[in-house]
This record gives sequence, C-alpha cells and structure tokens, in this order.
Amino acid sequence: MKKNIFKMDIEGRSYARRNTRSFAGNVVMGVFLAVLGFLFFFPVLFMYNNALKPLNEMYMFPPKLFVRNATFDNFLDLFRVLGNTLVPFGRYLFNSLFVVAAGSIGHIMIASFCAYPLAKYTFPGSKFVSKLIVYSLMFNGTVTAIPNFITISKLGLIDSYGAIIIPTFASTLGLYFMMNFMEQIPDSLLEAAKIDGANQLKIHFTIVLPLVKPAWVTAFILIFQSLWSSTGDSFIYKENLKSVSYMMGQIASGSSVGIARAGVLAAATAIMFTIPAVTFLLMQTNVINTMATSGIKE
Amino acid sequence: MKKTKWQVLWHQIKANRIFYLMMLPFLIFFVTFAVYPVLKAIFYSFTDYNILEKPDFIGLKNYAQLILHDQIFIKAVQNTFIIALFVGPFGYILSFLVAWLINELPHMLGTIVTIIFYTPSMAGGAMVIFQLLFANDSNGYVNGWLLKYGFIDSPIYWLSDSKTILPLVIIISVWMSLGVGFLSFVAGIKNVQEDQYEAAAIDGIKNRWQELWFITLPNMKPQLLFGAVMSITGSFSVGGVADALVGFPSPSYASHTIVNHLNDYGLIRLEMGRASAIAVILFFIMIVSNLLVQKLLRKVGT
Repeated sequence: MKKNIFKMDIEGRSYARRNTRSFAGNVVMGVFLAVLGFLFFFPVLFMYNNALKPLNEMYMFPPKLFVRNATFDNFLDLFRVLGNTLVPFGRYLFNSLFVVAAGSIGHIMIASFCAYPLAKYTFPGSKFVSKLIVYSLMFNGTVTAIPNFITISKLGLIDSYGAIIIPTFASTLGLYFMMNFMEQIPDSLLEAAKIDGANQLKIHFTIVLPLVKPAWVTAFILIFQSLWSSTGDSFIYKENLKSVSYMMGQIASGSSVGIARAGVLAAATAIMFTIPAVTFLLMQTNVINTMATSGIKE
Repeated sequence: MKKTKWQVLWHQIKANRIFYLMMLPFLIFFVTFAVYPVLKAIFYSFTDYNILEKPDFIGLKNYAQLILHDQIFIKAVQNTFIIALFVGPFGYILSFLVAWLINELPHMLGTIVTIIFYTPSMAGGAMVIFQLLFANDSNGYVNGWLLKYGFIDSPIYWLSDSKTILPLVIIISVWMSLGVGFLSFVAGIKNVQEDQYEAAAIDGIKNRWQELWFITLPNMKPQLLFGAVMSITGSFSVGGVADALVGFPSPSYASHTIVNHLNDYGLIRLEMGRASAIAVILFFIMIVSNLLVQKLLRKVGT
C-alpha cells in the first residue's frame, strides 16, 4: 500500500484535491440537491402527513397539505384491526420475515458464486451465460408467469414457502449487480491469494465478498423489497402461510374500502413503506468500508 | 501431435471445472425459472393459446395481426417510445448527477439523501398521492392551489384530458426512475480510489467537471453499463404508472404502452399467444436499444 503523503480534511479529501472544488460551485450544487430532494421527498412527506390526519381533515376543502390536529387514531384503528385477525398477526409477520431472510440470503450466496467466475475469468461459455443473464432482465414477466406457475406446481411447491423463495434464487438482478462490482477487484489481489494457497471457497469468503460488500448489501435490499411486498398471489392459499403485505392489502381493500377505512389505509401504507426504508437505512450506514477506503490497491 | 479444436475446448473446460461447479447451483434455478419460461413464451407467440386449451400453432399470425391490423398496438408502440425517450435519458442522467453530488456529502447525510431519492421507486403505493395531487375536481391539491391563487377559473381535468395524461406519466416515471441504477452509481462512485483523484489534481485537473470526465466516469464503466440496462428495461416497461393513475384503459389510449397492451391480452382477454408475441417484440426493442446505448457508452472518458 502506498503511503499517503497528503493531508486530509474532514471528509477525507486531500488538500491537493480541494482545489478542484470552488465555493460557488458547492453552493449551486447544494441548492440544486436540496430543491430536487424536496420534490422527491414531498410525496413521502405527504404520505406520513396523511396517516396522521383525522378523517375530517383528509376530506377537507380547500385541501391542506400539512396536518393541523395530528392524531394517532389511524394507527390505533389499524392495530385494533390487526389484533382481531383470524390468524394472529405474529404469524403473518413470521411468514414475511422468514421468506425475506431465506430468499435474500440464499440468493446472495448462490448468485455470488455464479457472478464471480463470470466477472473475473473467461472460459468456454462464460460470455454466453453473461449475455443470457443480461437479456433475461428484458423479458416481460406476465407471459412467463404461466410456464412458471406450471413448473412450480409440478414441483409440488404450491402452498409452501418454497413457491416464493425458490424462484427468487433465479433472480438475475442481484447477480448482475454483484458481477459489475466484482469486475473491479484487482487481479493481483486474487493472484496473490492463489499463490498463498487459498482455495476458491476461501478466496470467495475472505476476499471477494468483503470487497464487494456495497454490491451485495444493495442486492439484499432489492430482494428484501420484492419479497416484502410479495402477496403470494397464485402460489399461497393457506391463510396461515400468507404475508403481511397480503394481510395489509386485505384490510385496505375489498368491500370495506371507502371513507370509513381511509384512515386505516393511510396508516397501513405508511407502515408498509417504513419497514423497507428503515432496513435500507440500517444496511447502508454499515457500508463504509469499500474498496476505496479499505486500503486495497493494485 | 497437433490438438484438434475440440480437444483444446475440452482441455479449457477441464481446466476451469471449478468455475462450472461454482455456477451450477444458480444455473439450475436460472434455467428452470428464467430461461425455460422465456423459451416457452417464445413458442406460445407462434400459437393461439387461451391458457385452458392446448396451444394451436398458427405461425406468424400473431405478429402479422399486431403490426398490420392493430391500431392500438401501433399507438402503444408510439407512446412507449415517447416515454422511453424522455424517461430513459433523463432518469439516467439524473441518477448519475444525484449520485455524484451525494458522494460529496458526509457519509451519514449522504445515506439519508440516498434514501430520499430512492424512496419513490420503492413506494409502489405512492401513486395514491398523485391521484390526490392531480385529482380532476377542485379537491385536488394542484387544482386547489391554482384556483386559490387565481391561475385558473375552473379545475383542469388532469387525469381525463388525453393531453395531460402522457406528460404526467412521464414526470412520475422520471420521479420513480432513481432506482437500482441509481444505487449502483452511488456505490460505484464510492469505489473510485482516492489516490487517483490526488494524482489527477497534481497533474492539473482544474475543476470538478474535468475530474468527473477523466477520472470518475472511466473508473465506473461497469456501473454505467448496468445503469443503462436498468434504465432501458425500466423506461420501456412503463405501464403500471398509468394504470394506477388513470385506470385501464387510459382515456382515448393517451398513455397506453406496450406493457399495457400486453397485460390487456395476457391478463384480461387471456390470449397468451398474442401477449407472448407482444413480449417478444418488446424484448427485441430492448435488445436493440441496449446495443445502441452500449456503443454510445464506450465513448465515455475518451
């Protein structure tokens, strides 16, 4: 590792590099980001505001953006409904969490083993498989749903967690994402490990995965999101195997939808949105050690 | 003795057997749940298939019907291209720009800002908000404000007027387009090594734009390619936005896209053969756009 001869400022940027940043430029960029950020955050803000509004404020004219008499009634109503479900709420929660955990961990393990050879080596068939993986992202899911349903039912997976978890293993998005980051691992590092006598398995867990942590953390978030919002549609029929998303959807829709349940719907939407968002925050704040900061250099 | 072509190939396969072994578990799932269904769907596209009865082979009739006789499909293709031409490049550049600016922020703040920009693509149900914002009557927030401050005398029918629907769909799609590609940019920029910037600063890089063009962009080519694939698949698959916003079908098919058309045949009319043909056409459109964009991206940093 090269010795760092430059002094760093608070953000870890060298003094030499600071000359490339003008003050005016920083201000313009900051304002741009802030204005744009508000536009992006506004609907989310609106969603939380709505969840806190009492019913009479929700249907007020002229409409008000911000809540005046904030109340947690909507959430209390929601919890009251959740407390009275036929299958206990904890069961739905367990189903969701189990599917999310098994699906995402399984996918990252299986996909990272496939992504690494494709990213770093050329061998007969490697180009073809890479192309296949990219192109598979471009085929519409509606028309593949029927063949997939037939496969899943023939495998006897209907009405089991497997119907949701196992197809997730074949998801190419996370794999392709990891592949792109693995391409940037310096060859010299892998060579050195091989000379030291490390086998592929050891290289995978001690070099490859730690170096592409930002990639697989992101892949985890993507899988988390898609599995969390999965309702199990045509694959799960037993009520005690259904997910939180399904149950929340049931509360908010059906014959009960209308003005009376609008508050509950707003609260349910807010909660269903908050859980992946918080997971994202927790995961991302853990990704500090990237290739750039972990001192690994070619 | 000179080795034949096959012997060389066999030798290469044997030398790399560990890699095949590593790829095997994924490939089993991949072939079962991704490759096989696609091949099956391509087969269906040459058949008349209503899901219940056995598919009936009809050759290219599905394609001919779509291209020659289906006015609405032509409209859908036009709309899809209009949407993709705006949403693809705009979403892509915006994703990169925001990711690049976030990299200048301290870590914790950067993470929070990343989430703020990412949430729209995460919030599937957020469309309700736009329905409230742009509701046709004076109860809609936008109409409410415009009326209050005297810009208009009577409410604008945002969600019924065929002139306003498509722009709204485009705006919302751009707003939702800071998704996976954006995340890969955020992570990719962090991966650029600091000493490269230092060296560049000493070598006479004057401002952040030069630094961006000569150091940052060439260093994150894999992420740029990934982002391009994501924005192509995303911008050509817009369809759900209009569904959630104005319902299906959209008034005078103002925002009818290829995916809407596909879902119409696949999920409502249960003509899977026709739907599969639409999927195959969309597939080829995406592959061609991908090849074009990849060509363009090779010029980056030169």
